[in-house]
Amino acid sequence: MSELLTPSQTVGPFLSLGLTWPTGHLVVPEGTPGAVLVSGVLYDGAGDPVTDGIVETWQADADGRFDHPDDPRGASGSGFAGFGRSATDEDGRYRVLTVKPGPVGDGQAPHIDVSVFARGLLDRVVTRIYFPDEAAANATDPLLASLPPERAATLVAQPAGDGVLRFDIRLQGAGETVFLLV
Amino acid sequence: MTIPHPAGYRVPPEGTHPPLLSPGYRSTVLRSPSQPLVVLPHRLTEVTGPLLTGDIGPRDHDLTAQHAGEPQGQRIVVFGQVRDSDGRAVPDTLVEVWQANAAGRYHHARDNWPAPLDPNFTGGGRVVTDAGGNYTFTTIKPGAYPWGNHHNAWRPAHIHFSLFGRAFPQRLVTQMYFPDDPLFAQDPIFNSVPDEKARRRMVSTFDLDATRPEWALAYRFDIVLRGREQTPFEEPHE
Repeated sequence: MSELLTPSQTVGPFLSLGLTWPTGHLVVPEGTPGAVLVSGVLYDGAGDPVTDGIVETWQADADGRFDHPDDPRGASGSGFAGFGRSATDEDGRYRVLTVKPGPVGDGQAPHIDVSVFARGLLDRVVTRIYFPDEAAANATDPLLASLPPERAATLVAQPAGDGVLRFDIRLQGAGETVFLLV
Repeated sequence: MTIPHPAGYRVPPEGTHPPLLSPGYRSTVLRSPSQPLVVLPHRLTEVTGPLLTGDIGPRDHDLTAQHAGEPQGQRIVVFGQVRDSDGRAVPDTLVEVWQANAAGRYHHARDNWPAPLDPNFTGGGRVVTDAGGNYTFTTIKPGAYPWGNHHNAWRPAHIHFSLFGRAFPQRLVTQMYFPDDPLFAQDPIFNSVPDEKARRRMVSTFDLDATRPEWALAYRFDIVLRGREQTPFEEPHE
């Protein structure tokens, strides 16, 4: 039996009515030791900020584990939700406070999966955030290694001060972020 | 320890989801990637996903009960089942909804077309599916509204839905439409779905048996998320 899927549609410009939570951007509570603020601007193909989008993140915990029954190693039981979401503000900026995920142990470098939704996106676009202090792991990551260096670079966040990483997302055009088919 | 390569989620059939570049919907022109998408095989981060069931308020399932008075409009019950493409129910999964009021206006600072706001309607709700994957919420039927996409463009009445499923590839945002809407033919968002049969799966069905006598009409909207590959495949060891 195979049922046919429900199609995707855009979130439209008024997504904040349904999708924003006051603490949605906090993957970890404020004040968590080792927390990192991942922040950036979502740009369209004209280089203008997208002020009506939303960025969601999904990741393993600091030990590289998921509190999810489909992790073949078993659910971690840690209660780590691993999910963040941040609507973009009037400058197109999103912010997520999290911890760097540990390596999941299958040869991939530490990474965060990202979904982007906006008016004008009929389906989400998916990308990944990698970490600038993981050069050795990034060099052998199967996804990064499969990309030309200038494209792979769009997936690596940039240091932006103590405990802050910058990860801009360019939907189209010069410096376009690599988007993934999952 | 070697981690077994997990079974991934099946690729959606061609024509199910809209092309990101759908020029009839003008906003896609500058917001759709120009480079081809890069295939990401499903590994641990993709066979897992957020399991969100907390923070549901007592009135989050009833959009008509979130203010001092009742909102204007036709009261309706919207219900259905969330399942995967193998027919398996998706229990305990968060369903988020948002919509315009009965006059077709959103309770949002950037919606300023001259239709009345309703002080008794915000238009956001959330529920978690039960053990059988079923959800129900109460609301009012949203109105159609004009938008600037092309001359005399009107959005058919719709309710936005956001779903997580249990794994990252199942994440879905869609819109539920109402049966026989005469605005379908001119709407580039509805028609961005290439397959006409897939398009019809976004249209709810009126369900007389589910109406609440002397209270509310009822619409059924089942939602089907991607199913999982049956057998894990082996990746060559490197």
